[in-house]
Amino acid sequence: MSNIIRRIGQTVVILLGVALLIFIMLRIIPGNAIVTMMGEHANAEAIERMTAELGLDQPFYVQFWRYITGVFSGDLGTSYSLNRPVGELIATSFPNTARLAIAAALFAWVLGIVCGIIAAVRKNGILDHLFMGVSLLGVSVPVFMVAMVLQYLLAYKLDLFPISSGNAGAIGYVLPAIALGWNSAGSIARLTRSTLAEVLQEDYIDTARAKGLRRLPVITRHALRNAVLPVITMMAVQLSSLLSGAVICETVFSINGIGRLAVQAIEGRDIPLLQGTILFSTALVILGNLVADCLYSLLDPRIRKEV
Amino acid sequence: MTEQNTFRSVLCRLCRENKLAVFSAGVILLFVVLAILAPVLTPYGYDEIVNAANRLAPPSAEHWMGTDEVGRDVLTRMLYGSRISLLVGIVPTVVSMLAGAVLGILAGYLGGRVDSIIMRLADIMLAFPSMLLAMVIMYTLGDGIINIFLALALVNWASVARIVRAETLKLREAEYVEAARSIGVGRFTIMRRHILPNCIPSLIVLFTLNIPSAILSESSLSFLGLGIQKPMASWGLMVNTGRQYLYTNPWLSLAPSVAIMLIVLAFNFLGDGLRDVLDPHLKKQ
Repeated sequence: MSNIIRRIGQTVVILLGVALLIFIMLRIIPGNAIVTMMGEHANAEAIERMTAELGLDQPFYVQFWRYITGVFSGDLGTSYSLNRPVGELIATSFPNTARLAIAAALFAWVLGIVCGIIAAVRKNGILDHLFMGVSLLGVSVPVFMVAMVLQYLLAYKLDLFPISSGNAGAIGYVLPAIALGWNSAGSIARLTRSTLAEVLQEDYIDTARAKGLRRLPVITRHALRNAVLPVITMMAVQLSSLLSGAVICETVFSINGIGRLAVQAIEGRDIPLLQGTILFSTALVILGNLVADCLYSLLDPRIRKEV
Repeated sequence: MTEQNTFRSVLCRLCRENKLAVFSAGVILLFVVLAILAPVLTPYGYDEIVNAANRLAPPSAEHWMGTDEVGRDVLTRMLYGSRISLLVGIVPTVVSMLAGAVLGILAGYLGGRVDSIIMRLADIMLAFPSMLLAMVIMYTLGDGIINIFLALALVNWASVARIVRAETLKLREAEYVEAARSIGVGRFTIMRRHILPNCIPSLIVLFTLNIPSAILSESSLSFLGLGIQKPMASWGLMVNTGRQYLYTNPWLSLAPSVAIMLIVLAFNFLGDGLRDVLDPHLKKQ
């Protein structure tokens, strides 16, 4: 228990560090954001008044304090380019990213774990070599390539899926989810294979088999339970790469998610929006890792005892 | 055993045990040669509009991969693009390895406040989704290849530091390090002469495995329009501009994608092979 509380404390510190780092990075930009915002022909007085209105004439630490207290009361500022509260923009686009990420994660877990199990059970067999070759291919292809190949072949040539996913409903998420989950499926398959192959060599597996249990129950009930722990940690780590890949996937399939919002923010030189989207995504990853850590210690009695 | 012998024995074992890794090394070498010889191999310039009337031409004897949307030779741009990909794979990886190794050893050996400052900073960097962090850094620094080097180095040093620190913690307790300490060797000399050389096998493996991820990051950034800018030729940028013609001229975006995949795959195979030979422990992490 005390371990979990310490982890939560660390998480808060990291979250604050992340917020501070983003804040600093976005404020050392060459060129004044206000000038960009108001156009080059705005006069000096107007610029000055605008700067004061947005509180940008205050010292750095005052600005940061205002921002942080704002964040805790749910106020992420107002987008310069879209003129709407950043919180509201994130709230409308997050469900799309969440749908995409969840669908991709499900695809990656199912495919990765099933292939990993088969490869481990048939170690050094044909299927093993095939799956491991394909999985290395999986971690080596860029997300945009899988996305475009799927879009070209399945959506355009065969017309099985909509080309753009924006307004297509559930079916529109099939291709983006495969494209985004592809990389993760590869690494999950490789990890499942290596941990399961190791567990399968333990004595208690032989014992279970000697008792007369069939192969499949031994694998699913005895071996997998122990092999799945590192895989769970990896899933949490992959939340981060899913959010990274979502930026690309959302661009290719025109999904209005957080990633696209961040790209829009950069194109519009919209600091509050960029700050909000990055902070939100990073916070999500950090909290995901915290949950995984807690889950891990609940699932593994060895860790629970150490605590 | 002398240094040279161990190096040679590692190479021999790699050749014997993992043909695929050796083949991959050959593929990488081929890319390097193509990148260096680009101006000799192609009669066109990377930004030369070869035939303005002949835009978006399909592959032919003159233009093996066709021409792009303004009439430039695609193969030429691919060859020049390999320069960017290789540079972006290697330069930021070298920088992040150096920074990560130095900071990791300092954190692991000195411990205390130095350790907690460096590692908290690393924790913060690792908390970001790497793509988004790279995007923010590119936004702050502006476009350009030097800034891509910087952005990718900043994104990647933390994971290197974490691994090197773990290694240093183990090595710090080793008997030969204690022996060195007991005869009065200074802290920094121990770190340089006794800890660092023992981290090198892991660093080599990390190096080959970090190169492909740097190449992928650059191509993703350029794909989003936040990396290499026109008129330079980067594979990611070519995919970005070619994407508009996906349905009429798919090779414009697919050819550079395949090139990215090949080089990343080659580095991954080589890295995997090297890891098995040099550092079996790393596999479990």
